[in-house]
Amino acid sequence: MHSTAPMRLKLEGITKRFPGVLANDHVSLAVRPGEIHALLGENGAGKSTLVKMIYGVMQPDAGQILWNGQPVTIANPRAARRLGIGMVFQHFSLFEAMTVLENIALGLDASVAQRDLEKKILEVLDTYGLKLNPRRVVSTLSVGERQRIEIVRALLLNPELLIMDEPTSVLTPQEVEQLFETLKKLSGEGRSILYISHKLHEIKALCDTATILRGGKVVDTCVPSMETSRSMAEMMIGGNLKEITKSAGREMGADKFVVRGLTLKGEGDFGVPLNNVGFAVRGGEIFGIAGVAGNGQNELALALSGEERANSADAITISARPAGLLGIEERRKLGLCAVPEERYGHAAVTDFSLSENAVLTARVRKKLASGGFVQFGQARSYAKNVVADFSVKATGPDAMAGSLSGGNLQKYIMGREILQSPEVLIVSQPTWGVDAGAAAAIHQALVDLAGKGSAIVVISQDLDELLSLCDTIAVINGGTLSDKRAVGEVSIEELGLLMGGVHGDPEATAEMTEAMHAHQA
Amino acid sequence: MRIRLEKRPEPSNFMLVATPVASVLLTMIIGVVIFEAMGIDGVRAVKDIFLTPLLASYKWQDVAVKAAPLIIIGVGLSVGNRANVWNIGAEGQYIVGALAGAGVGLLTAGLSGWWVLPAIVSGGVLGGMAWAAIPAFLKNRYGVSEILSSLMLTYVALQLLSYLIGGPWKDPAGRNFPQTPLLTGDQLMPMFVPGTTVHMGVPIAVLVALAFWALMSRSVFGFQIRVVGSAPNAARHGGFSARKTVWLALLIGGAMAGLAGVFELTGATKQLNLGFPSGYGFTAIIVSFLGRLHPIGVLIAGIVLAVTYVGGQVAQTTVHIPNSTAGIFQAMMLFFILASDIFVRYRLRIVSGRPAAAEPEGARQ
Amino acid sequence: MSFDVTSTLMTIVGISTPILLAGLGELVVEKSGVLNLGVEGMMLIGAIGGFAGTVLTGNPWFGVLAASGGAALASLMFGFFVLNLNSNQVATGLALTIFGTGLSSLIGTAFVGRIVPIFGSPFPAELARHPFWQLFFGYSPIVYFAFIMVPLVAWFLKSTRWGLILRAVGENDLSAHSIGYSVIGVRFAAIAFGGAMAGIAGMYFTTVTSQMWNEKMTAGRGWIALALVVFAGWRSGRLLLGAYFFGLLIELELLAKGAGFSLLPSQFWAAMPYLMTVVVLAVISARETVGSNAPACLGKPFLPSA
Repeated sequence: MHSTAPMRLKLEGITKRFPGVLANDHVSLAVRPGEIHALLGENGAGKSTLVKMIYGVMQPDAGQILWNGQPVTIANPRAARRLGIGMVFQHFSLFEAMTVLENIALGLDASVAQRDLEKKILEVLDTYGLKLNPRRVVSTLSVGERQRIEIVRALLLNPELLIMDEPTSVLTPQEVEQLFETLKKLSGEGRSILYISHKLHEIKALCDTATILRGGKVVDTCVPSMETSRSMAEMMIGGNLKEITKSAGREMGADKFVVRGLTLKGEGDFGVPLNNVGFAVRGGEIFGIAGVAGNGQNELALALSGEERANSADAITISARPAGLLGIEERRKLGLCAVPEERYGHAAVTDFSLSENAVLTARVRKKLASGGFVQFGQARSYAKNVVADFSVKATGPDAMAGSLSGGNLQKYIMGREILQSPEVLIVSQPTWGVDAGAAAAIHQALVDLAGKGSAIVVISQDLDELLSLCDTIAVINGGTLSDKRAVGEVSIEELGLLMGGVHGDPEATAEMTEAMHAHQA
Repeated sequence: MRIRLEKRPEPSNFMLVATPVASVLLTMIIGVVIFEAMGIDGVRAVKDIFLTPLLASYKWQDVAVKAAPLIIIGVGLSVGNRANVWNIGAEGQYIVGALAGAGVGLLTAGLSGWWVLPAIVSGGVLGGMAWAAIPAFLKNRYGVSEILSSLMLTYVALQLLSYLIGGPWKDPAGRNFPQTPLLTGDQLMPMFVPGTTVHMGVPIAVLVALAFWALMSRSVFGFQIRVVGSAPNAARHGGFSARKTVWLALLIGGAMAGLAGVFELTGATKQLNLGFPSGYGFTAIIVSFLGRLHPIGVLIAGIVLAVTYVGGQVAQTTVHIPNSTAGIFQAMMLFFILASDIFVRYRLRIVSGRPAAAEPEGARQ
Repeated sequence: MSFDVTSTLMTIVGISTPILLAGLGELVVEKSGVLNLGVEGMMLIGAIGGFAGTVLTGNPWFGVLAASGGAALASLMFGFFVLNLNSNQVATGLALTIFGTGLSSLIGTAFVGRIVPIFGSPFPAELARHPFWQLFFGYSPIVYFAFIMVPLVAWFLKSTRWGLILRAVGENDLSAHSIGYSVIGVRFAAIAFGGAMAGIAGMYFTTVTSQMWNEKMTAGRGWIALALVVFAGWRSGRLLLGAYFFGLLIELELLAKGAGFSLLPSQFWAAMPYLMTVVVLAVISARETVGSNAPACLGKPFLPSA
């Protein structure tokens, strides 16, 4: 231990208050040079707020930040970078229509001639074994490559502390492994890493120390390798892990939702074309579609829900009736409901009330409109039902959708669709950015709906979620869907390979299997 | 110390009503200052512009006749503005509507019957719709910005007017002035108040506003317009077609502009000449925003703007303000109302100390 | 009637220069993610400002100062509303046009009937009036300025760090903000530049094209400049081509009128540039690739959450 060397970063009693929320309550932690330090906590535990203060995006209301033993005020990200703090954000701050080189140049505080910059970038890429072409336009890159841009951007500044905010949420298992190698190399050079995650197995595999946040407070500090995943999870959530209860011996009915030869051109510059997608979902079945972001999930979700029409009427059938050429409203009449990934502005209108949002998608099946006029009375009472049945925390049916927290709005949206008793339900990212309590409620509601005989399709990037929720699963990669498999019969290795787009390359498979074992350990 | 904006959980209804009133008052105050700076009796001028038309009963008919087209066009434009379809060519649609009405007028010259006036009015409505259909088609088919195309077509409409009234439709008895023949008999809009210039278009304008109020607040169509304007993706998810909305918004805007044009023709001017385009189509944009895109608000805003039109003329004779100040006043009102939008959705907080940022983690992704 | 090539070409230059200048300004504004529909109003303010400045001081360079300064000031007012108060850009731009129209008429009432000497060629008369060389040396300094600005704007946007930042702000304002750039600051600078350019463009009407003031004398050219930016696909080189294409069109109209083409009414020729703008926009917009160069944040309000 470097007992004499000062801590790289020390936080003492950091407090940050927002209107109505105490986001950080006297948070203290310390990071040694060369340490990979995990910041573990649920969504809403205060992790992002804390690192934003370290990176100078916002200022603490109280408390002190010590950098290499010296108290500092970090006024803005530029000041943070000057100190030697780099950050890789969860949602990349990249410019789609610009090149990698331009993106990196924008992240630097001083002007560097393009040619010198390119040389430096290539050096960094070489040193850490990262693959990236500086001349490519960002919109053509995979998510993993985009993250590498952010990492290179941070590394060019030669940081002493690198903050990584949920870096693996968008990566394939293979890419995760590559990232870990890079991070270990960095820590070997004496650079500290603050690693934010809620994924326990990653933290066990990677981190030296973990600080666990719950409700804005530090609840514990531990050495992850000495803990079990369960013990850390209980610290994180507060000791009440809930399991999904699936009714035993569920009967699967006949095929209710069948997709055959669904092929679509990608829309615009950044769209992914769908290539001959096919699957069938029986009544009572929950079918999961896994995949890394940007592999055609958005396009598929739109094509299934009816926001985009399919290539032929027979490409999609709902309860044996052809629906491929029908719009979303006609498909609703046939019994198909859908929950898009983006809650704000897609699944719901933020500046509309909850009852107006009920009119948005439930006016046909729940008769909230007749003769061309909206029945606001009925809409209110339907919204009231949804709020009550799904324990949505809201002031009532007149509350603006945008005033609800992410989890509550998601519960409302799920409830709005589920109470329409759909024959088929298409759900994208049902628990994205939702706290654990709401996630459990949403999962339970989906299982219950399937128990009543509905066919459910869940599109998610969260493999853990799909494996615990679904009966069957397939992987989408580059707009192509793999064959459907029963969840019990497929290994994580196989899914990982499919997600990475590796099909039967023996060397890659071997490498992958090795990586996966490390991943699961 | 700095000013911070804090989002309100719900838009403030008080501010929704208070801000347009405040915008008008602020415009009046600044007006006094500007006039004084110009060496004009500012209080007198502003009083003449904003109050005299309301206080002097003999000015009421002028206000009513000027308010009617502003209300009708403004109500139509509000539909589009709510859906983020920017029809700024209502002036052109107003002209073409009047032209189409005049065309039917030529065909029905000398005829009598109850159907003559409705035929002319229908012609006007269809003319306005047809002119608005061009930007709608170009927007949907080729993605051409309706802002530019509708405005360009206004310039074309002006030339069309000039061509028709100076050429094929020229009044043979008009001593070679570029103007159409006077409408007569059954072609004319009956008067609402006998002995005044207040024609039937005035009460119809009020009815139009009420009808749009019902339509926008109660109907699925109104709901569709509001969703498309607030969240286009959510609208698509709700099953509302963006293309159809563009068509509807522009056709309704065009129909109303055409209606206003043909009312002006049959109720007030009785013929078309080069002085016919009076900028109602542009002023109605201001009316629409000042009325907060709400039909009843537009009704009131239409009257306010009509008052300033009439009052501007009063002040021109009493204190000799230049004609062009009207434009500045209108622009100021529009600026203020647009700027005050923020008070409806946000609350201003004066905070001391270091800059702080707004939202907690997880509250919104 | 004789057809004079030199004077025809020079007229085209005269017609194209103001739309080119205003278009270049708007191009930079739009690249930063802001749609300013007030070009027409700013041009009118520049027209009267340049005229008044020239009349009052007798020096056209003070006119340039007044034109660019006045229009930039008006544009900053627009900037305050859309950037600080997040007002709707389309409607606020319209308000700016209405405001500029009114303000210019108001100021203009004091200048009706006055005449200024032409803001003419800076070159010696032997060159500026030479039957051939005037084609190169016979223009107002504003024309040369416009020509210099085309490569300058292109170079600025493509190769300088500030240009890179400006494009980044227009491409993804939230990301630019999170990296630490002042989105509002960059946009204010762009808006002021756009205003100044539109102002100088407007001054061309009152001190070069005609040397007097008339109400609404820009006659919709500001709107054509806006269309030109779309036409050019947000590239300054193509903006130059576009401006000259419109210049040619309008000159053809004048020639047709002058030659007494009686087959078509004169109103047809007067409507031609506006009709052609619509047609060209349709043709350009129909080709998918053009839109991809449009700044992704164009016209959208900047709403940072942190």
